[in-house]
Amino acid sequence: MTNRFEKVISLEEATEFFRDGMTLLAGGFGGVGNPPTLVQAILDKGVKDITLISNDTAFPWIGIGKLITEKRVKKVIASHIGSNPNAGAQMTAGELEVEFCPQGILAERVRAGGVGLGGILSDVGIGTIAEKGKQKLTLDGKEYLLETPLTAEVAIVHAKKADRFGNLVYDTSARNFNPLVAMAGDITIVEADEIVEVGELPPEEIVTPGVFVNFIVQSKGVNWQWAWEK
Amino acid sequence: MGVGEVRENEGYRERIARRAAQEVEDGMIINLGIGIPTLVADFIPANKRVMFHAENGILGTGPSPVKGEENPMLCNAGGFPVTLAQGASFFDSAVAFAIIRRGLLDMTILGVLEVSQSGDIANWIVPGKRVPGMGGAMELAQKAKKVLVVTTHLDKNGRSKIVRECSLPLTARNAANLIITDMAVMEVMPDGLYLREVMYPYSVADVIGATEAVLKIEGDVEVFR
Repeated sequence: MTNRFEKVISLEEATEFFRDGMTLLAGGFGGVGNPPTLVQAILDKGVKDITLISNDTAFPWIGIGKLITEKRVKKVIASHIGSNPNAGAQMTAGELEVEFCPQGILAERVRAGGVGLGGILSDVGIGTIAEKGKQKLTLDGKEYLLETPLTAEVAIVHAKKADRFGNLVYDTSARNFNPLVAMAGDITIVEADEIVEVGELPPEEIVTPGVFVNFIVQSKGVNWQWAWEK
Repeated sequence: MGVGEVRENEGYRERIARRAAQEVEDGMIINLGIGIPTLVADFIPANKRVMFHAENGILGTGPSPVKGEENPMLCNAGGFPVTLAQGASFFDSAVAFAIIRRGLLDMTILGVLEVSQSGDIANWIVPGKRVPGMGGAMELAQKAKKVLVVTTHLDKNGRSKIVRECSLPLTARNAANLIITDMAVMEVMPDGLYLREVMYPYSVADVIGATEAVLKIEGDVEVFR
């Protein structure tokens, strides 16, 4: 067993886990909270045929949007692709399979995968095409859709701070899907802006307990310009 | 210029937003969509204290930051930097939607591609043409206590967006409560769609002529200036 109190590895070691055809869960919302250094490592290694599960496909040259633009993704499960025109164009051209899921249901499916549940019941999207292909259940006279859990071989997460055990604190609204994604990877790799010693993070403020985290990499910071900066 | 006043050379977007802001009540928890809905915040008077909810995990967003003082990690669901109001909190996306599904949103203000006279909303897909995805719109439209639709009355081709039946795939059924356009204010009731106000300078006849949905009228139709 690797030492649970020392999960910090080099970017090169982390890159070993990125393989062609992998399922990849990524935290982030509109690029905010996508881990920039890990995304760049996936690009640099030339990994392709990824099945990506993420809230959205960000923007063409921001965060995981770059994986779409560089055609590394064969299928995406997301709630929204509108901010990345390349995703729509590839979908129309038949190059990218897109499975849409209502945003809150996507969050709960990832959470269900991460917390060991077999599924969740919800009435969101009943009477719309979102119910297509889903099993319906009636409980106490009310109709629900059975939503299935989502996990992935690799989960990539952005945190503001991590201690060496993997306890995580997030950065304002960059939290979004990250704590859910952190729980749902067979292997969860965290990119942290700051890595501190065990004991330095106040226990009351830790959002993700380190037990869910496998590895930690030092972030090199955002390497793109935000859409609003232009 | 004071909040809630008519702006000089006010455009239709601002007029819709100004009318929508009248629906805001003190103490409300509100989610604003992208586009015209975002403008509504500018027209809420200071004596009404509300909390804005953002799907990406904020309750209590404040005004846009001063240029140069943006925190790139602190954004609204549209991806634009925001500030925080007093009492704001951060949480993950599951909690963001727990707030919505639990019925704790007093009002959501959103745009549409089509809205029907029974309150059906279509705003996430034009099959074969534009397929952005639903984002959080299904939860918002289905679960908010009051669903306020703000939109242009007509689409780019001059067709009524207020229809008898939506032709596009739905976001939610029987969801809209009030529809505010550049021509009219319409209320969805169990027995149909009622024309409540016309936007100056349009007449009742103008609105009826431009609307594909069946509009009912009871009592006076007021003019919103």
